[in-house]
Amino acid sequence: MTGAAAAAERGARSAAPGRRRRAWLLLATVALLVALPHVPGLQSDFGRSLLTQMGIAAVFALSFNLLFGQTGLLSFGHAVYFGLGGYAAIGLMRAINHGLPLPMLVVPLAGAAGGLLAGVLFGAVTTKRAGTIFALISLGVGELVYAATFMLPGIFGGEEGITASRTRATIDFGFPLGSQLQVYYAVLLWTVAAALAMYAFTRTPVGRMCNAVRDNPERAEFVGYNTQRVRFIAFAMAGLFAGLAGGLHAINYEIVSADAVSAARSGAVLIMAYIGGAAYFVGPILGAIVITWLQSSLSDYTSAWLLYLGVFFMAMILYAPSGLAGLIMMHRRIAHPRALAGVLAAYAVALVPLALMAAGAVLAIEMAYRMSTQPELGTRMRLLWMSLDAALPWPWIVAAVALGGGLLLFRAAVPLVASAWERAAARG
Amino acid sequence: MLELVTVSLLNGVVYGLLLFMLSSGLTLIFSMMGVLNFAHASVFMIGAYLSFQLGRWVGFWPALVIAPLLCGLAGAAIERYGLSRVHARGHVAEILFTFGLAYLIEELVTMVWGRNAVANAVPAVIDFPLFHVFGSTFPAYKGLMMLISLAMFAFLYLALKKTRIGLVIQAALTHPKMLSALGHDVPGVFVLVFAVGSALAGLAGVIGGFMLLTQPTLAHAIGPIVFVVVVVGGLGSLGGALLASMLIGILQTFAVAVDYSLLDLFRTLGIMISRGSPLYELFAIKLATAAPIVPYLLLVLMLIVRPRGLLGTRDV
Repeated sequence: MTGAAAAAERGARSAAPGRRRRAWLLLATVALLVALPHVPGLQSDFGRSLLTQMGIAAVFALSFNLLFGQTGLLSFGHAVYFGLGGYAAIGLMRAINHGLPLPMLVVPLAGAAGGLLAGVLFGAVTTKRAGTIFALISLGVGELVYAATFMLPGIFGGEEGITASRTRATIDFGFPLGSQLQVYYAVLLWTVAAALAMYAFTRTPVGRMCNAVRDNPERAEFVGYNTQRVRFIAFAMAGLFAGLAGGLHAINYEIVSADAVSAARSGAVLIMAYIGGAAYFVGPILGAIVITWLQSSLSDYTSAWLLYLGVFFMAMILYAPSGLAGLIMMHRRIAHPRALAGVLAAYAVALVPLALMAAGAVLAIEMAYRMSTQPELGTRMRLLWMSLDAALPWPWIVAAVALGGGLLLFRAAVPLVASAWERAAARG
Repeated sequence: MLELVTVSLLNGVVYGLLLFMLSSGLTLIFSMMGVLNFAHASVFMIGAYLSFQLGRWVGFWPALVIAPLLCGLAGAAIERYGLSRVHARGHVAEILFTFGLAYLIEELVTMVWGRNAVANAVPAVIDFPLFHVFGSTFPAYKGLMMLISLAMFAFLYLALKKTRIGLVIQAALTHPKMLSALGHDVPGVFVLVFAVGSALAGLAGVIGGFMLLTQPTLAHAIGPIVFVVVVVGGLGSLGGALLASMLIGILQTFAVAVDYSLLDLFRTLGIMISRGSPLYELFAIKLATAAPIVPYLLLVLMLIVRPRGLLGTRDV
């Protein structure tokens, strides 16, 4: 007892500087985020819109991870709570448009309420089970709600969705939501608040019990916890924050339609959280930023970007299951700068065949996509600075050689990286 | 009325047997490996595309043999070079892998055959009327599909329950260590099971593909319904899958044929609901419009009333 108390006290004393450092880190991050839309390159409406989307995606991915990373529940229908929250929010926006005396800034709260309500309603059924069967049910509920949005056009607006204006409000407390910059700051405010609230939730006893239910449900049950109840609470919280993200979406786009609850959106948030790293709190934020950026930048250049995303996702599942955050944390273990330099040098060597491989694959994929999805444009095409004709055999031969040769060279480079890691580990 | 019931029943059985072809392979993989294969409907889609392509090159009958074999080979490769790396990380990792695979296959199919539906018409050799009911014809390809579907059930049932290899396969899930200690090749068994499951999905694609629109979204259109079938039937139960397929097939076909809403039902009972009532829109939905959500409603109901499914032996 005294030993435990002493240990707790030691823990508290050592936690204090850590907490102070975290507070500074948070302040610096917020300052950076406030300054970001004025950085050259992001000053345009496009850049600011991209930042806004990243914020919304971050809240959504974090809420998904309350279920997935925190409680071990893999949901294929998380967009349901995002979308229903969005519908609730757009409903409030319409009411404000018609004279309800509330500022637009509180609209995401309606989204959160809608998401929470939906989470409580569906959670009561779906959280009876965990694991595989939960994944299945979440998929079924997702399909159910998606089909229902088309069946009740009076409520969900059918295919066109429901629109509202974010500018037409009777009061705004000196904080109107007109320009993209104003929307960005509103989203930033809610994103930071939601991220902090979710972080705090993971630190509460309930949040800890979620981990226990994820790792060892049997033992949690024996200790006296009702695992279904813990799952239900996590589910309702995840619904709340997903709904909040939906509310932010409603403010940003001024429209909510059936695609907000679609399986594609549910899949996208899963991919974000997984690629970012579900085992780390910041992982989903990282994933949301990277995927949103890829989405907006790649989709302009190629119609095959979903294929690239799929390959990226599969590669992460097979070779880096702890995600981008896991990869970064892995390198934090190498404290010695010389050791780190050795590892980075080995990476640089391995990157050359990897780039060759990627170039070959991209060449083949782009030619195949052009021929199958846009045959009307013909076989002559431009890829970056090259112009080529996909009807001729030589581009295909080049692609195959680059892909095969790159693969062989890469396999030869793998031991190099492994030995660099071994040396780094030996240094301590 | 009799005409409506007979025709709907017949169509329902046809649709149900098509669903069973898909759910049989899924059930096999799930009950023997514990893997919920999200890519199963994608393999079905590949089967449909292959039947279209091979049908053009070599004709329907050779395609009926070659396409399932190719799908089986693809399945073996998936298990051997991808999925087997993930087994150790548990079922959630396996689901994620197959989810990513389904995603990838949709894009790969787009890459090869384009975004629009291909003209996957019923092959002429099996497109003749088999018999007539109430003036409408029953085509031969539907009969062939029913026959193959029932043959699949018989094959799987006998292979698993009555043969030695079936015993080994069943033991691979529950006692993998013991089985490998006895000298059996457990990873090999898994490869075999995944290959057979994929071949069944491919066969379903060849024979059922032209009844649905052959386009890259085909897998997503049919996949969730197949999952409903295996849950309602009882995860891992072959007989349950057959029963649930028929149930959902018949229910959905009847729902499409019935042009009534709850409002009409209330009216015949003498209850009038005014247009201004908040639930008016909900009650006014015609059953025919609600047909797509029937399977999912059944899923939710089943989980509340009987979580183990129709013929399941354990709570899932």
